[in-house]
Amino acid sequence: MTTRYTKDHEYIRVEGDVGIVGISDYAQAQLGDVVFVELPDVGKTVSKGGEAAVVESVKAASEVYAPVSGEVIAVNDKLPDSPATVNEDPAGAGWFIKIKLANKAELDGLMSEAEYAEYLKSIA
Amino acid sequence: MASPESAETLLETPLAAWHVAQGAKMVPFAGYNMPVQYPLGIMGEHNWTRESAGLFDVSHMGQCFLIPEDGKYETAAAALEKLVPADVLNLKPGQQRYSQFLNTEGGILDDLMITRLGFAGHEHWIYLVVNAGCKVEDYKHLAAHLPKSVTLKIADNLALLALQGPKAVAAIAAHAPALADLKFMTSTDLPVAGIWCHVSRTGYTGEDGVEISVKNEDVEALANILLKDERVKPIGLGARDSLRLEAGLCLYGHDIDTTTSPIEADLKWSIQKRRREEGGFPGAARIQAELANGPARLRVGIQPEGRQPAREGTEIFADGRRIGIVTSGGFGPTAQSPVAMGYVESAFAKPETPVTLVVRGKELPARIAAMPFAPHRYFR
Repeated sequence: MTTRYTKDHEYIRVEGDVGIVGISDYAQAQLGDVVFVELPDVGKTVSKGGEAAVVESVKAASEVYAPVSGEVIAVNDKLPDSPATVNEDPAGAGWFIKIKLANKAELDGLMSEAEYAEYLKSIA
Repeated sequence: MASPESAETLLETPLAAWHVAQGAKMVPFAGYNMPVQYPLGIMGEHNWTRESAGLFDVSHMGQCFLIPEDGKYETAAAALEKLVPADVLNLKPGQQRYSQFLNTEGGILDDLMITRLGFAGHEHWIYLVVNAGCKVEDYKHLAAHLPKSVTLKIADNLALLALQGPKAVAAIAAHAPALADLKFMTSTDLPVAGIWCHVSRTGYTGEDGVEISVKNEDVEALANILLKDERVKPIGLGARDSLRLEAGLCLYGHDIDTTTSPIEADLKWSIQKRRREEGGFPGAARIQAELANGPARLRVGIQPEGRQPAREGTEIFADGRRIGIVTSGGFGPTAQSPVAMGYVESAFAKPETPVTLVVRGKELPARIAAMPFAPHRYFR
């Protein structure tokens, strides 16, 4: 199992050819209190960098982009009723969608945990 | 996640460093580097203000005085009445009124607070507080239209704090007991913990509270004195916006602008009877016609069903066609639901009228709602 990050602060935790996508702890802290999450339909095909979900705080709506291309095979049904889970446990119970990866090579362009930590320092 | 736009060269209030020391996240707003939130977060700050007392730095707003050369209040009031539809002439010393600068078409150039000073020897002065984003144009507008007999004095030397919430007045009255009895929409001048202040019982949250005008060099000391009270926490612009939205109060540039009249904006209450009848302000013909016949569109509250917020720009549909647009929208922490305001054709403006919002291509059921979304708790 490996976790990769985008510059837009999404993570994807990969097991085999399935990736669990969410937003990083940094991202949830930047957003503040999440009040609404809009998830895609299961079966939808998303492309790397394209919109996969929407997360809304008191202040604003933000897109969550797909870190890789593939098919959405599951969504976190608990989020619409308890959006605050994104703030409380972004890396765990606050996940958004599961994607069946279309092309595992796309992961190579994403950051490792250590690289993402460096990236956060660089934008601080 | 989409990233926010980057900041350019920004102005600062005298409390800029103080905000950072309080852990604020700073963002550009109306050309100023301002605190959008502190570590408590927007939701926590909103709820704190509704339950206790929130301290806001609103020093970016414009403060100025109109001073009649002849020492007669009526001279200054008559000059200002040529620019705004409120009854200024009949303000008593210390009394405050909300109004709007209007253009010749009756559109709103800015909204503002007008106060006749109550301080002995200054009862002929008018004190104005205008929006940060409009103040440069407002001052030009005033300078261009005031007669020579009335001097515009821009008060760049003054900062402005707001202390809002059910415990706000008790917190400040601990340092100035007379403030406990100050009535809503009146003001006084007095020392607060030894610091000279102009205090108005007013605000932008729907809660009881005050706004405090104080010299730039004294504002940090005053902020620290107020913050020492455990009932008081600093509140950023994020919560200021959700608080005023729940209170049904307009944000200039969003809910009102040069295309909207005060009647369309449901601000009829801010135009007193004498002015409605006599006119004599810019755009009076349009406003009197709208008063007589009703405006074609009206600002209303909108309650989306479910949890999804409808933001500014969301189109409003009914009877299978577009009937309006959302001008402010978000999540109301006190309402515990999404809340919005916007303009609809007047035929659809009645509370409980069902409408449909289209958010990101999806239809969202909603209804027209009476405002405020959180009850006003003013001290009358």
